[in-house]
Amino acid sequence: MLLEVENLSISFRRYENKAQQILLPVVCNLSFSLDYGQIMSVVGASGSGKTILLQAILGILPQEAIVQGNIIFQGQTLTPKQQRQLCGKKIAYIPQSVQFLDPLMRIEHQVCQGKRDTTNKKRQEQIFSFLGLPPATGRLFPHQISGGMARKVLIACALMSNADLYLVDEPTPGLEESIVQDFLQTCRAIADQGKSILLISHDIGSILPFSDKVAFFYAGSILEIANQADFTANGQNLRHPFSKALYQALPQNNFTPIPGHAPYSGKLPNGCPFAPRCPKFDDCCQQEPPFLDWRNGKVACFHAT
Amino acid sequence: MIKSHRFLRQFIRFITLLIATCAIAFLLMEASPIDPVQSYIGAGVAVSPEQREQISAYWGLDQSPIERFYTWGNHLLHGDFGDSLIYRRPVLQVIGEKFTNSFCLMLAAWLGAGLIGLFLGCLMGLYENRWPDKILKTISYLFASTPAFWLGLLLLLFFAVYLELFPIGFSAPIGVAAADITWGQRLYHLFLPALTLSLTSFANIALHTREKLIAIYHSDFILFAKARGESNKSIFFRHGLRNILLPAISLQFASFSELFGGSVLAETVFSYPGLGQAAVNAGLRGDIPLLLGITLFSVIFVFCGNLMADILYGWADPRTKEASK
Ligand code: SF4
Repeated sequence: MLLEVENLSISFRRYENKAQQILLPVVCNLSFSLDYGQIMSVVGASGSGKTILLQAILGILPQEAIVQGNIIFQGQTLTPKQQRQLCGKKIAYIPQSVQFLDPLMRIEHQVCQGKRDTTNKKRQEQIFSFLGLPPATGRLFPHQISGGMARKVLIACALMSNADLYLVDEPTPGLEESIVQDFLQTCRAIADQGKSILLISHDIGSILPFSDKVAFFYAGSILEIANQADFTANGQNLRHPFSKALYQALPQNNFTPIPGHAPYSGKLPNGCPFAPRCPKFDDCCQQEPPFLDWRNGKVACFHAT
Repeated sequence: MIKSHRFLRQFIRFITLLIATCAIAFLLMEASPIDPVQSYIGAGVAVSPEQREQISAYWGLDQSPIERFYTWGNHLLHGDFGDSLIYRRPVLQVIGEKFTNSFCLMLAAWLGAGLIGLFLGCLMGLYENRWPDKILKTISYLFASTPAFWLGLLLLLFFAVYLELFPIGFSAPIGVAAADITWGQRLYHLFLPALTLSLTSFANIALHTREKLIAIYHSDFILFAKARGESNKSIFFRHGLRNILLPAISLQFASFSELFGGSVLAETVFSYPGLGQAAVNAGLRGDIPLLLGITLFSVIFVFCGNLMADILYGWADPRTKEASK
């Protein structure tokens, strides 16, 4: 396994009424693993804590975050110090938008991180042509390029590192459909070289064809991990009521939205987080459902099918 | 095309500003109870009314204010700033001489304030909300609200009177011919007033730098730099400093006006023979030509500072450069 996450919980320290400190759980008891050459997508609503998950793996959470659990990378349980060493070398981050580029620095200097020796220059040229970026892009400033190009520049930054694991944040919003397809194809090509990609998105429709596994993320927990093959017809092969409902809410499958809204972190219900909206809810759901292997996937539900 | 348009607008603004400030300064001097003839003669010297009238006529004080302002303006357009009543020399000459002194003082104070401010600002920004930041922030606010003359007196008391480390005043030792004054002596006399000015004006730039650096450190591209494994040092020097430096310098140019105001006070406290002291004297003794000359000069000076700030700001940020094209 390239990456294993075990019982990862993240909460934020907040101060209410000045002195009183409260803990706001954002990610609860997460476990999943990712193999070489795989793309795993984590899908869930925006603001459900998915980006926090990526930042936790990178070790770049803000100071007020408290992290529990293990992140195991290539067999090694990571300490914060190791995370810092691996960041940008073995683990690369592909963020969302042009905001992640220094506005005052030419792109080539950002891609090469200031070390523009001949090997780096050569590598940058190769990567630019692999991504279909014109070589002149390097001389530009971030505000001079389009959103699609910015995304490619951010991939180029990640590829410079020759990392084994790529963490991709929300590849779809604000981009034309063709550019998104292009981007995801690039991801697939990277994964097919034996690298792994952890992809985070709220748009299950676009990323599904490119993913090997899909984790359904809801209110800080993973409710189900499904395989590509499970997404058939109207989703009867999915295991969890939430993932079924989410899949059925897609435009191509009936478009039936789930009633209600996701709970705010800090106001999570006891037991199953999906309980208030679940059609199959009964008494035993007031306990926290265990995360179990189920038909080749994983699911956290007392009434999984 | 747009650029020349902007330039023209700036220029018109500048000219209106010049005329307005001169007119207001002139009006204020007219309204003041100081009698220029009396202050020219000096207190306690007896002069007959005829002599008085002669003096008045010699300086043109018998004409109506509007006539005088018109004559002054007319001469000005021909490059003649008139003569100073109290120094009895051409105004331009006086300003030139005083300004050389003031310039050294202001330059030293300007650099001092800029460097102290930038350094402390970065320090505060890096230690956001931890104790070094809190202490330095308190100090900055304290100095920002300290009057320059009071701080000047305090420094004078401590360093010059008590420790006897620095001279009490003037820009050079007394009794030394102008040609014999060394640069060392000049700097030595410059130190305390420059320190006073720096200390009262660094806070602005320090607090601004702090805000800016904190905003940058919370921005996405710093997060990305961290995610790419850049060291703290590299993050500060490659991204942090790059993004705050030119705005800070522009702000520093924009602070010319405060510097000018502060130098008047500091020069008075330290008996430093600069432009500020000359302005105070001119005001107190009804020397309208000199005062108007200094007013004109300071408007030009401050305006140049602001213009420089404007230009630098555009140059610093490729985004604004793009927009003005
Ligand atoms: S555990 Fe109960 S409430 Fe939660 S999803 Fe399953 S059936 Fe619904």
